Amino acid sequence: MSEQTLRLRLAGISKHFGAVHANNNIALEVAAGEIHCLLGENGAGKSTLMNILYGLVRPDAGEIFLDDKPAAIHSPYQAIELGIGMVHQHFMLVPTLTVAENVILATRPLFSLRRLRETVIRDRRAIERQVGEVAQRYGLKIDPAARVSSLSVGEQQRVEIVKALYRGVNLLILDEPTAVLTPQETADLFQTLRSFAAGGLSIILITHKLHEVMAISDRVTVLRDGRVVGRRITRETDMHELAGLMVGRDVRLTVDKTPARPGAPALVIDRLTVVGGDGRRLLDNLSLQVAAGEILGVAGVDGNGQRELALAITGVIRPASGAIIANGQALVGRTPRQIADAGVRHIPEDRQHMGLILEFPIADNFVLKAFDRAPYTAHGLLQPAAITAYAQTLIERFDVRTPSPALPAANLSGGNQQKVVLGRELDSQPRVLVAAQPTRGLDVGATEYVHKALLAQRDAGAAILLISTELEEVLALSDRIVVIYEGRIVGEVPGDRANAQKIGLMMAGVQTASQAGGEYK
Amino acid sequence: MEWIVGLQALLQATVRMAAPLTFTAVGETYGERAGVINIGLEGLMLIGAVTAYAVAFASGSIWLGVLAAGLAAMVFGVLFGVVTITLGANQIVTGAALNLVGLGLSSFIYRAFFGTVTDRAIQPLETVKTPLLSQIPVLGPVLFEQNLLVYAALLLAPLAAWVLNRTMLGLAIRSVGEHPKATATAGLSVIGLRYGAVAFGALLAGVGGAYLSVAYANQFVENMVAGRGFIALAIVVFGRWSPLGALWASLLFGFTFALQLRLQAANIQIAYQFLQILPYVATIVAMILLRGQSAQPKALGVPYTERA
Ligand SMILES: Nc1ncnc2c1ncn2[C@@H]1O[C@H](COP(=O)(O)OP(=O)(O)OP(=O)(O)O)[C@@H](O)[C@H]1O
Ligand SMILES: [Mg+2]
Repeated sequence: MSEQTLRLRLAGISKHFGAVHANNNIALEVAAGEIHCLLGENGAGKSTLMNILYGLVRPDAGEIFLDDKPAAIHSPYQAIELGIGMVHQHFMLVPTLTVAENVILATRPLFSLRRLRETVIRDRRAIERQVGEVAQRYGLKIDPAARVSSLSVGEQQRVEIVKALYRGVNLLILDEPTAVLTPQETADLFQTLRSFAAGGLSIILITHKLHEVMAISDRVTVLRDGRVVGRRITRETDMHELAGLMVGRDVRLTVDKTPARPGAPALVIDRLTVVGGDGRRLLDNLSLQVAAGEILGVAGVDGNGQRELALAITGVIRPASGAIIANGQALVGRTPRQIADAGVRHIPEDRQHMGLILEFPIADNFVLKAFDRAPYTAHGLLQPAAITAYAQTLIERFDVRTPSPALPAANLSGGNQQKVVLGRELDSQPRVLVAAQPTRGLDVGATEYVHKALLAQRDAGAAILLISTELEEVLALSDRIVVIYEGRIVGEVPGDRANAQKIGLMMAGVQTASQAGGEYK
Repeated sequence: MEWIVGLQALLQATVRMAAPLTFTAVGETYGERAGVINIGLEGLMLIGAVTAYAVAFASGSIWLGVLAAGLAAMVFGVLFGVVTITLGANQIVTGAALNLVGLGLSSFIYRAFFGTVTDRAIQPLETVKTPLLSQIPVLGPVLFEQNLLVYAALLLAPLAAWVLNRTMLGLAIRSVGEHPKATATAGLSVIGLRYGAVAFGALLAGVGGAYLSVAYANQFVENMVAGRGFIALAIVVFGRWSPLGALWASLLFGFTFALQLRLQAANIQIAYQFLQILPYVATIVAMILLRGQSAQPKALGVPYTERA
């Protein structure tokens, strides 16, 4: 990183959304070849700032300089022309198209008589080969012929990066790229990013994980409530200082956990088998038990059946065989509603598709599972006053940053959307809680809050099944840990940091249950 | 041998009846793939029919009439776009309004200019025999002994399919109906693509309407489109949002039109009203058979707003 050449300079960027001052006079500098981290709480205005830079959002005021020249960016097209690439917080891929089609979209003229040949896709194979070559050159593994809808999130992420690289970029923005990645994928991504930076590419990276900031960045800019509250050179700061800057108070980065006092088994899963559309066994004779008052962590690499496990318990998909018993009641065959009423609640891994109805007001999202009951409904009519009042209390308790509960959930920042889901599910005081990636996309302050909330639920007697690809989180919260691999539980260990290595090996399928010691009964 | 002649005539009529449906449905397929549903096709076809007739009558050139019909319908298509794409109004309601406008306006124009004209006939569009190919038994007369607009319709569908599947433009259109925001972030204009697709769809609906007046009936009759605009909407679904699918579905529906005419002519002891409903019943049956099938573009009917 050389200090002389500034790739990007933002000056005085401001943006209002109604009453929210999302960006307030922001200045930011990024040098050529620098990896710059943008840090800030949920709703601090990070995505907004990057969307402005990418031409998706018009700023109210401010200037953008690229390589010391003023740049007018009014559309993503102009941003792309200027060599800016962006990997969005919520991926921008067309699921029905193939990887290659997504990558080449808009890279050649739509119609042009002079360049007629370029407007035709003559040979799909040739284009797939070309896209594959670009991916390979940068060490990114993807199948260019695959349909995007069939890809895991990690793969989609790589497609997004290839999309940017294919167009040729000199400034790459990544908005929370690691939120959905496994530790291994994150490590791979970082290695890729480092080699890009060494080649002169400037990178702006948004993340909530402070250890990632320390590991990858050269410099950090911290936002709070739309303002820059600090700039640091990474090697001159530490996680603690950064966390304090972000949240404006002292944050504990470690979880204080008292030993669990497990009671009777509250959730019993017996030889559960789920078969996918293609006949593959997504869950294969999986058995486990969670006692009241304990947190059972399910560690594993994404795509090994975690999704199906959560969905089978909550009644969204129907298992081929096996039993699920919560508090003595058999759940298989019941509707999701009946299961929720039985005290089994669910924090889904995908807040945008399963957790929220984005078009609905925040208030309505809070009562999605209880809207037809008193006090939210009386005499067959919805009671908006009661719903709004309830929403207000949850907004306060869960610190959802929004000017009004009447706004659509789509307007919330990613982390605040997650808080709405959490508020709804935790406030019902569940007896069994299936929490899938509960802190995905949350800032350190909010993560601390969620961890405390989960532990409080545990201590109040809830049985918690914590499904997370974030090994750190599983280790920090769980009383016991099981490892899931290809739809089976391949081993169990006590929830102790000392076992991290062992778990890592089991997650990768290296060690079988017997070798790991103690087959799960 | 007589039944072969009958079959040949039936199929020839099938293709003839399918052509206006093909034009309109292929155009609508583009619009819907881009994410805009225009249920105002009936109105656009009527505008096309009356414009083509009036211009052909006045100028003596059927082709000038067809061109004018396409342009006139396109103007209304762009107006539809202003209301639905730019202003974000509900597409169904706006389309319904477009149908009413088309019906009223076409009748008004016809009465205003032709109310007092006695000889309203125009030169029919002549049949062009394709050399050699028209000699093939049965298929020859069916496919290669038609007027030029029929040939255009038959060629349009594969060409439209090729553009949709094999060009950068087609890729952009397919994207914008599925995930407009992703399309925008790739650097394309959602608004521009949608306007283009809607205008193209309207143009073809105008040509479809023109076909009815200048290539089929050789005159204009009030409300002569008789529901074909709505059938074209069903054809788009039946054809699974693909231009070639639309062609096959058009032929199927063209067949029901031709069949009911044949049956009427054959003097069968069924009230002709029952025969006339055949294509419409076929539409309803087709829609029931296809329920739950979703090749439908994800963002169909959803206005695009630039939301962060
Ligand atoms: N289109 C919009 N309409 C109204 N408010 C908006 C809109 N987009 C963003 N906001 C608000 O602006 C603020 C900043 O949002 P932004 O998405 O930039 O946060 P963020 O820093 O990316 O947060 P996160 O870490 O949760 O993703 C939030 O309060 C959000 O609710
Ligand atoms: Mg964000």
